[in-house]
This record gives sequence, C-alpha cells and structure tokens, in this order.
Amino acid sequence: MVGIVGYGAYIPRNRIKVEEIAKVWGADAPSYKRGLQLREKSVPSPDQDTITMSVEATKNALKRAEIDPQDIGAVYIGSESHPYAVKPSGTVLAEAIGATPDCHCADYEFACKAGSEGMFVAMSLVKAGEMKYALGIGADTSQGAPGDALEYSASAGAAAFIFGKENVLAECLYTHSWMTDTPDFWRREHQFYPSHGGRFTGEPAYFRTIMGCAKALLEKSKMKPEDFAYAVFHQPNGKFPMTVGKRIGFKTEQMEQGWLCPTLGNTYSGASPIGLTSILDVAKPGDLIFMVSYGSGAGSDGFIFKATDKLPGVQNKAVHTRAMLDSERRKYLDYGTYSKFRGKIKLRGE
Amino acid sequence: MRDVAVIGVGMNKWGELWEIAIRDLLAESALLALDDAGIDSVEAMYIGCMTSGLFTDQEHLGSMGPDYSGICPVPGTRVESACASGGAAFRAAFMHVASGMGDIVMAAGVEKMTDVDGGGATFALATAADQEYEVYNGITFPGLYAMMANHHMNKYGTTRDQLAQVSVKNHANGFNNELAQFRMKLTLDQVKNSVMVADPMTLLDCSPITDGSAAVILCSLDKAKELTKKRLVKVIGSGHASDTIQLAQRENLSYLKSTELAAKQALDMAGKKITDIDFAEVHDCFSIAEIMVIEALGIAEVGKGGPATMDGVTAFDGKFPVNPSGGLKSKGHPVGATGVAQIVELTKQIRGDLDKNRQLKKADIGLAQNMGGSGASSVVHILEGV
Amino acid sequence: MSAPKYWREMAQRYRFEAVKCKKCGRVLFPPRLVCPACKSREFENTRINDKGTIETYTIVRIPPSQFTDEAPYPVAIVNMGDNVRVLCQVADCEPEELKIGMPVRLEFRKIQQEGSSGILAYGYKCVPE
Repeated sequence: MVGIVGYGAYIPRNRIKVEEIAKVWGADAPSYKRGLQLREKSVPSPDQDTITMSVEATKNALKRAEIDPQDIGAVYIGSESHPYAVKPSGTVLAEAIGATPDCHCADYEFACKAGSEGMFVAMSLVKAGEMKYALGIGADTSQGAPGDALEYSASAGAAAFIFGKENVLAECLYTHSWMTDTPDFWRREHQFYPSHGGRFTGEPAYFRTIMGCAKALLEKSKMKPEDFAYAVFHQPNGKFPMTVGKRIGFKTEQMEQGWLCPTLGNTYSGASPIGLTSILDVAKPGDLIFMVSYGSGAGSDGFIFKATDKLPGVQNKAVHTRAMLDSERRKYLDYGTYSKFRGKIKLRGE
Repeated sequence: MRDVAVIGVGMNKWGELWEIAIRDLLAESALLALDDAGIDSVEAMYIGCMTSGLFTDQEHLGSMGPDYSGICPVPGTRVESACASGGAAFRAAFMHVASGMGDIVMAAGVEKMTDVDGGGATFALATAADQEYEVYNGITFPGLYAMMANHHMNKYGTTRDQLAQVSVKNHANGFNNELAQFRMKLTLDQVKNSVMVADPMTLLDCSPITDGSAAVILCSLDKAKELTKKRLVKVIGSGHASDTIQLAQRENLSYLKSTELAAKQALDMAGKKITDIDFAEVHDCFSIAEIMVIEALGIAEVGKGGPATMDGVTAFDGKFPVNPSGGLKSKGHPVGATGVAQIVELTKQIRGDLDKNRQLKKADIGLAQNMGGSGASSVVHILEGV
Repeated sequence: MSAPKYWREMAQRYRFEAVKCKKCGRVLFPPRLVCPACKSREFENTRINDKGTIETYTIVRIPPSQFTDEAPYPVAIVNMGDNVRVLCQVADCEPEELKIGMPVRLEFRKIQQEGSSGILAYGYKCVPE
C-alpha cells in the first residue's frame, strides 16, 4: 500500500478583505464577492516566503508521520514563487527538517499545479521502491498585479505530504495527469507580475482541463462521483471549483470541506493540496477522496485517496488547516501595509 | 609592581566635529595631555578605539596615533574591548609602567563616529555584540539595554521615572561641563516623551553619537615627583573582567557581573571598600546602565539602583556623586575615548582643577568604571590624590 | 551577508542543534569546544526545544542598516528550558501583546536579505503559542 503517511499545512496570519482592495482601485466590492465568491485572502509577512511556509507545513506533516527525516529520500517543492530564480528552495527545506544529505531534490514549476506534480512524483518514487519516504509540497506567495482581478485572490499558503508504504493514512488508489499546451496564464522571465488571458482562462483552460482529467480518472478507477466522501479541485476563486465539481457530478456537501478559497484566496500551487489537508483533518477510515489540481499552461493532476484506519489517530497531532484559516489571531491589513509587505512599493536602490 | 601616577590629562571639546579627521582628533587630546604633564614625548602610546575601520575606514592607529601626536617613532598599540577600549588602554599603559617596562606612557582613546549615517553607526556599534546570535536577529545596543531595563523593571520594580532620572541628573552635571557635547538640562517628561528608540529606552535615555578623544600620561610615582608640581594622582586599583558576550547566556539578565568582579579586583588592590570612595565616573551608555552599574559596584543595593538615583544619592551634591562630568549621556560617548575621559575627569576632580560649579566638595578618591557591549567586559580603576 | 558566514550556522538556525556536556549535563547553544561550567570537552549532540517563554523583550524602532525596512519589530530573550536562552525576533505579535512570561514557539522565517540580489538568510523567530 502506497499513500500519504504524514500531511500538514501552513497558512500565514495576515488577511486582506476584498473591500479593502476594491476601495483603492474604485472597483465594486459586492460584485467581486458575488462573482468570485471571495471574501478575503491570506497575505504573507515580509519574513515569510515559499520556503518558510514549506518548512512549517512539513514540520506539521512530520508531527503526524512520526518518521526519521533522514529516511526521506526526495523533497519536491512545487511553486511559482520560489524565492530564488537560480538556487533550489528544496535544499533549504531539506536542511531545515534534517533530511540532508542523502536526498533527491527538485523544485517544480507548472503554474498552480506545481504542488500536485511534486506529490505525484514523490508518490511514484515510493511506489517504485526507490526510497522509503518522499515529500511533495505545494506552496506559493503568489502576486497579482495591483488592480488586476488576480489581486483579489492571489494569496499565500503551503501543504506538505509525506508518501510512504508503512502506516499509511490515506492510500493512493489511482492517479491521472492530463495536459495540453494552452497559454491562459504566464509570467515571462524578469517580470514581477503574471499576465493572463482574461475569460480565456475559464472554459478552454480551467474547465476543459479539469473535466478532462476528472473524466479520465473516473474511467480509470471505474468509480462514480457519488462513491466519494470528499472532492477538492483547484480553486482560483470560490466559484470555479464548485461549478466544475457540479459539472462532473459532485454535490456541494462533498466539496465544502476542501473549499477554502472564499476566506483563503488562491494559494496557487498550494490550493488543492491545502484543500486536501483540510479533508484529511476530518476524513474517516474508508472515505474516498477525489482531487484534481489545475495549472495554467495547462494541465491537471488527479488523485484518488482512500482514508485508512490510521488516519483518525494522527489528525490531532498537528494543527488543523481550518483552525489556521479561522484563527482568532488573523490580522487584517490595510492596503498600504499589504503593499509594503508584498513588495509592491518601489524602494530606494531598486 | 611599582606605584604609578597620572601626571597629565587632555580632552578636547566633544561633539559632532565635522571639520576634524581622526588623525588630528586623536592628536588634539594627546598634545593637551603632553602639555599638561609638561613633557614632549613618552616611551609608548596605547590607544583605545573600538572600530575606526567601520567608522572611518582607518585602521593602524598604532602608527597614526604616535605619528600625528608628534612622538614618532614611539611604539603605538591599539587596544579594543568595544566601549571599554579606553579603560582597557589605560590598564595596558598602567601595567606597562607598573611592571617597570617603561617610565612614562600615554593612554589615549578616540572615536570618530559621524562619518557614517545613523544606520551605519548602529551597525558599527552592534559589532560589539555576538554577530551570529544577537545582531543576526536584528538586535541593537539600545535594544539589548532596553531588554535589560524591562527585566530590571519586572524583577525589581524599577520605574520609568527612575530610569529617566539618570538622564536628568547627568545632564544637570554636564550642563556645567564646557567640554560636554550636550549642555542642556532635561526634565523627566522630556526624557520620557522623546522619540522611542527601543522600548522603554527613548532617545534621551541613550548616550549620543560623538566625535571625541582623551589622553592621559602615566608615570612611575618616583619619577612623577621629579616631573610635576601638581597634586599627584596615584592609580591605586585596577580591575578587569569579562562576561558572556551574549546577554541571553547570563544568569541574571539585569545584573552586571563583570562590573562586580572588576570592581572587587580594583578595591582589593587598593585596600579599600566602596564606602571609602568619594565619587565615581561610570558607564551610563543608557539610563538603565547606570542603575545596574551602581548596583554592581555596591553604591546601591541590588534592585535599589532606581530608588537610590531618585533619592539623589548619586547626584552632584549627593552622598556618592556619580558622573559629575555629565557622564556618557551629556558629555558624549565617542566609544574608544570614554574610558580614558573618565580618568581625565577623576584626575581633574582629585587635583581640584575644576571651576567652582564643577568641582566636587570631596574628591580625594575616585573610581572609574568602563564597560563594553552589554556588560560583556568591564574595567574599573581607582585613583587617589597623594 | 557573506554566504560562508551564513552557511556555517545553519545547523543551529535551521534545526536548533546544540550539544550537551557529557560530564555536567549542561546544554550549550550554540555548541562550544569547552563547557563553561565544568571545562569538559566531551559533548553529545542534542537539540533545543522549539517552545519557550519570553524572559524579556523590547521593540526595536531604530534598526541597524540591514533591518531598515522591517522596523519597528519586537525582539525577545526566550527561555527554552534546559538553561538555554535564545535571542530572536517575535513575529505575528502586536507590541501591546508582548509580556514577560508569554509562551512562544520558534518558527522558521526569513531573517535578512541583502538588497534584491544577495542571499536570503533564514532562521528562527518566535511566535505566540
């Protein structure tokens, strides 16, 4: 049996409300909130980035896995906001958790599905018997250009998954990847903010790709939407994942536990993986979980997990994802502070 | 060990001295000291300086000091122990003469701090702390002393007013000192309401950034009797101790063990008790520092430095005057010069050289306490008029 | 920030690695060559806790040049147990929340960065528990 033996998330404390952003750009907040089903989003502090959040998410995963980090044979961080253009994020992570030096490391990049890519490869290496444990992480501190629709959603968070064969919490039953060349969203070298194709990011990109992957995964597994206790999809806003889920045949109740976007925003590579951690926090033995990520450019990774009887015993060994999301210590930023924190203000010497 | 006396002292006017470079800044006081002693050279020169490299890009003061003081080819040695560099240089010169290695030696101190901006000065001063485990994490010197202040307030009930009173008292003293950088009287409210630097330390709890120097001439007592007609000021005690460079690793975060130990050595050598001392110049780099120093010296009980200050024990006309010069707070704190300037003040007080409003009524035995970092090194000297 | 100067402290800054004196049991962070308590030079590897309590604190409002854009920020001395104290920044905490005795835990954070092209320097800060 191959699957998740440890999982953990990290969500920074800062938030900004849709109204606060809309106010600055003269946009109509109620229509954004209604249209995107988005109320607020997480914001990293200046001392937080993809690496620091990956480390904290992994520490939570290790609390649940209770393994020797030296047995981790690979670390893969998927992100579109790796702090260095050249120099891996994963080396810092591996050093911080004590997984060096006998370890494979690569940083993944595929827009918002970089995290699920890392998970897919980590899981596959363990399945192939190459190593005892492998770590896949999705993390981002994504940026939208000021005033752009993306600015209302681009947020920060991380989710980490340790894959192994012993003491599995959620068995990975099936996977499927589906991708085409669809330029719906991109960022050129040296550009600070990404560009996107507006409404082209919807039907021909997000919806076509996720539907393609989900259908293939259901066919491969010979399962139906009603077989699943939970489903989670990439969530660039609050509306898309619910719409695509319903088109595939899932019901709101199956999707709500992993649907974090309305108050978390779009954590890009972290989006569906963090949703999955929220599901694992509450899933019961035998529950089937359906997950399909999405990365612009464009592709999806699909997974079917089955919770084991080991899962309930570890759920409370680290902080629950919803507890971080709904924490009483949330701090709401004004747009000025948010701009400073996110490096949107041009400083001297830059 | 031979008896040693101070036979000449020199200190220039301190402040933001834009026109003068470090070479002449140092030479000014050296020449004043030579003139005061009535001599034109010495056998060796020790120069206390914390970081001329970071402040002015200039190292090798061991050459530049003698060179510009007109005493080349006399050997020069730079002595560094952060803000205690001056005290340590004086001690080195004292040992040089006491050992019989030489008869007449100069101890000088200098720091030229205004060639860098505020951030640069904060950075340079912070090199006195542990770089990897203190400074790396963003702490500054005002910050370290502010943490000591919070600890002291929490542990002993020291109040904000008591801290501020140190600045008020020292500025009242420095008001009359024509060499002091900031000659203005302060009120408790002015201190408490000035710009916050590191809570609870405000700008007026902190000693300033200063350009300045000081120099003294040490001489064997026998030779001194031949050379000078002024009252001889004998060095009767010298002590020096270290503590962990990291504040966090001390047993009590608001007690200056190095000062206690250095003072004990100096008092034992002098055969005196603290109650035998008439007055002291101490290292009030921050208001809390003077409170902790008078506790470590035994001028006040541990934890009672605040009330003692408030009660006027350490005032100019108090039972045990502390920092009659104005201290680092008012006189200024060109770090490497401070410890030597304390000896200048002790000597002037003991000789009775000062104007009426500056001269203490009783000043036969004085103590100087100079420290580096957050109290990680401390030097204490006791001088007596003979 | 010099890369070698940063690199050689990673074990302490990333993983809180310390040593424990084999003779007197004292825990030393960072490790030393000789135990200051008993002069022994034999140690075993250990790690310091990631949980502690604030013993004292301040808020740095006038920072050294490399922290100009971060100020004001709280800094504390945290007692980690085993007679080990560390000095670090306090993150995710409002100045008015700071209290002596406050329980905190260490989190992995970015501590410094050198302009827009130098290395990123990571380490620990404490956050309210």
